[in-house]
Amino acid sequence: MFNHLLSLLIWLPIVGAVPVLLAGSARPMLARWLALLITIATFVISLWLLRYDPEGSVMQLQETHVWIATWGVHFTLAVDGISVALILMTTFVGILVIAGAWKVIQNRPHQYMACMLLLEGLLIGVFCATDALVFYAFFEAVLIPMYILIGMWGGPRRVYATLKLFIYTFTGSVFMLIALLYLYQKAHTFDLATLAALPLTMKEQAWLFFGFLIAFAIKVPMVPVHTWLPDAHVEAPTGGSVWLAAVMLKIGTYGMVRFMLPITPDAGAHFAWIVIVLSLVAIVYIGYVALVQEDMKKLVAYSSVAHMGFVTLGIFMAFMLVRESGNTEMASLGMQGAMVQMISHGFVSGAMFTCIGVMYDRTHTRQIRDYGGVINMMPWFGLFYVLFAMANCGLPGTSGFVGEFMVILASFSASPWIALFAAFTLIIGAGYTLWLVKRVLWGPVTTEHVRHMTPMTARETWVLIGFAVAVLVIGVWPQPLIHLMDSSVAHLVQQLAVHKI
Amino acid sequence: MPTLYDILTLLPELYLVAAVCLILLLDAFMKPAQRPQLHWISIVVLLVAIYLVVAGQPEQTATAFNGMFVRDHVAEILKVFALGITAVVFVYARPYMIDRKLFGGEFYALMIFAVLGVMVMVSAGNLVTIYLGLALLSLSSYALVALNRDARLPPEAAIKYFVLSALAGGMLLYGMSMVYGASGMGGTPTLDLAQLHGVMAYTTAPKLLLLGLIFMLVGIGFELGVAPFHMWLPDVYHGAPTPVTTFIGAVSKLAAFGLAWRLLEVGMGDLSRYWQPMLAALATASLVIGNLVAIVQTNFKRMMAYSTISHMGYVLLGLSAATPEGYSAALFYVICYALMSAAAFGVMLVLARAGFECEEISDFKGLNQKAPWMAFLMLLAMFSLAGVPPLFGFWAKVLVLEAAIHADMLWLAIVGVVTAFIGLYYYLYVIKAMYFDAPEEGAVVEVKTDTSLRVVLSVNALALLALGLYWGPLLAWCQRAFGV
Repeated sequence: MFNHLLSLLIWLPIVGAVPVLLAGSARPMLARWLALLITIATFVISLWLLRYDPEGSVMQLQETHVWIATWGVHFTLAVDGISVALILMTTFVGILVIAGAWKVIQNRPHQYMACMLLLEGLLIGVFCATDALVFYAFFEAVLIPMYILIGMWGGPRRVYATLKLFIYTFTGSVFMLIALLYLYQKAHTFDLATLAALPLTMKEQAWLFFGFLIAFAIKVPMVPVHTWLPDAHVEAPTGGSVWLAAVMLKIGTYGMVRFMLPITPDAGAHFAWIVIVLSLVAIVYIGYVALVQEDMKKLVAYSSVAHMGFVTLGIFMAFMLVRESGNTEMASLGMQGAMVQMISHGFVSGAMFTCIGVMYDRTHTRQIRDYGGVINMMPWFGLFYVLFAMANCGLPGTSGFVGEFMVILASFSASPWIALFAAFTLIIGAGYTLWLVKRVLWGPVTTEHVRHMTPMTARETWVLIGFAVAVLVIGVWPQPLIHLMDSSVAHLVQQLAVHKI
Repeated sequence: MPTLYDILTLLPELYLVAAVCLILLLDAFMKPAQRPQLHWISIVVLLVAIYLVVAGQPEQTATAFNGMFVRDHVAEILKVFALGITAVVFVYARPYMIDRKLFGGEFYALMIFAVLGVMVMVSAGNLVTIYLGLALLSLSSYALVALNRDARLPPEAAIKYFVLSALAGGMLLYGMSMVYGASGMGGTPTLDLAQLHGVMAYTTAPKLLLLGLIFMLVGIGFELGVAPFHMWLPDVYHGAPTPVTTFIGAVSKLAAFGLAWRLLEVGMGDLSRYWQPMLAALATASLVIGNLVAIVQTNFKRMMAYSTISHMGYVLLGLSAATPEGYSAALFYVICYALMSAAAFGVMLVLARAGFECEEISDFKGLNQKAPWMAFLMLLAMFSLAGVPPLFGFWAKVLVLEAAIHADMLWLAIVGVVTAFIGLYYYLYVIKAMYFDAPEEGAVVEVKTDTSLRVVLSVNALALLALGLYWGPLLAWCQRAFGV
């Protein structure tokens, strides 16, 4: 089993979608239970990934199957510490998403559950593919269930939102496809390790860099190509939003780490300032944009853009630190922070969207002005909501703090100016999040919507407890997570220090 | 005097001629009650033909009738798929033809004659054989388009097809005559494709040769349906009975690829530096025009017509690379396209009924609620046409893009991907109608109960997924044909 652990993790949910679909609309409970059991089984199997030995070689649990012999394409899978963390997050969130949608989705639940399982399997595939073509196939295939998910179970403007999501992200990716095919011309393989060692001129690297950047920047999303995200989030059903925020955005930054750092290190060093500036714009400007939102989901969507800015900042600052001052220690710290931020944002934003979903199911509105005094009606829910809000603005003791703090610390050695702008998030983030909490939770009950809210059900409580445990464990005791990713991050920093010209 | 060897090389074609004559006779002499049996007889005839093609395939290229007829692996692959897809079209067509009272022997006979034309054309070793096959295919197709002669659109479409096709055929012949003339200047005049290969080296009239090439390209462009020779496609697709549309969309494109490859590579291969940029220009025009105009279509058949135009642009991407890799990628693409369009039209046919063509995109609204399995099959076909991994269409695109980049035409590959995401919209729009829209008031969805139709359609559409996950053997087959 250990030889095919990764294949099993990918194919179990994907193949599992078939019986869920076959359960049909006539037997919705069967479809739900099947989906839940499959996600739980996937999570349990994914726990075996903890056998990953951080002291050992970088890529472990390697699997190779010849796929297309005449093209030299192999179906290769392997994981490093970063992938292990992301896969565990994916399988964990997978359970919570299925449980969260238990009663909420009444329209064709079997198709909804099948979409969820497909998404989970494909996302796991993205995180363990080590062949560029296999990666690309998973990376794009994710769009199919997402398109259906938002289009079928979304809000009133769902068609606009889902078409925008699909066309936007597909547009970016096709340029990456050209970049990959160009690399194939040179190397006659799509194997990432070989591509990483391929010497390339600066001109080639620059073109490839931008080909990759446009694909991944749209997925992350970075300013100025972030506009699909608020629309998609607002219209998506809760489960779709959680997948989108928790895992789908991460495949953008994960792609940067897997492709841009090892394959185009010199172009990366040359153009890192562009990404850094865009990240700071995301952190500061999008933070302000979040402040004025009147729709809760939009607010959290914009805060996601701002938080993902930290991830891209942490990744590309490493170039500045390594290439300009040779400070590998700080570079590792920043990169490490970015990776922790990825995991943490997955849980925090997933939890925020679940909370909004819990309220929306009772009131059917997401406008902040329709709320006020929710704590009077749902005290326990208020507790969770405040916890996740605190994590969202990076309170020490929650997972949000760890990553941001590491990135800001590292950015200080790169340039105090970067640190200054990055640290703005502590103020702006606290501003929009706490103001949201104030307007939604505190105060007297003023609207009819809130007056009819009922306390949380056991199912909702357990889902939120799941998220809360993850947020607190990473916040209080991040050491195991950091240790897991340590050698992988060190390896990345080594790779980006290499001159390939 | 033909030898036994010639006869044996031509066996599948000769067999098909005999079989189609038999079908015509049976149609005339069978009792009306037994006539439905013709359906199964025709399918068996085609399956036996596939067997004869594969079983009698010589390892090395074989020629017959002094090089008039060539039997190589490229011809083998094209024949197998042309025959196979025609058999699939027969299965798809039966309920449709019965509903419209068009069911009869002439449909089967004409289809088999058309596919015979395809077989002759893709095996041609001589300019005359090419034209012979093309004429047989075209004449049968005109009649097939006009099969429903009492309706308003089909005769109009058939006349349009006939006039434009005759014009294009004339261009092709004119080009061939110039090439023939050029080959006679400074050497022995020849119509043999293999001998034409070296004409450029000795002819005293190279300009005449090039002019002939340009005229022939017009004919090839017309058969493929690439811009700017695409005008007939939407009208013919729209006007023809849907099974005939399926045939023209799938099988004729296989034939057109065979025609293009025989003429351009086998015949005019040493002029590749001249026709390469011309094909690249045609490809660009097709990709842009096909994808942009498809967006505004509301009729599914017309949309598929423009989508065909853009897909033939991708085939040209592979052809214009003018390398064995490029040809095998183009062959792979055209096979892929034939399967995809057969699946898409198959779903249309399964939903059509007497008095209802299911040809507007709005007719698909809410299909997921009424017939989820059919909606899923259509979803596979649409995502495959759009080129979204892991479906078959994506890998075909990757292969032609790779071939274009390999041939130092990076710009063409970029045109290819930019138009790919423009084209994405209209495929997504069909999925939107099926999955996100509510069914229209009073709309009735009847799925045909014909078991063979449902099974074959499911296999066809699921093949797009299966081949998307494992396309190595098919690629290897295509590559072996071109000696990659």
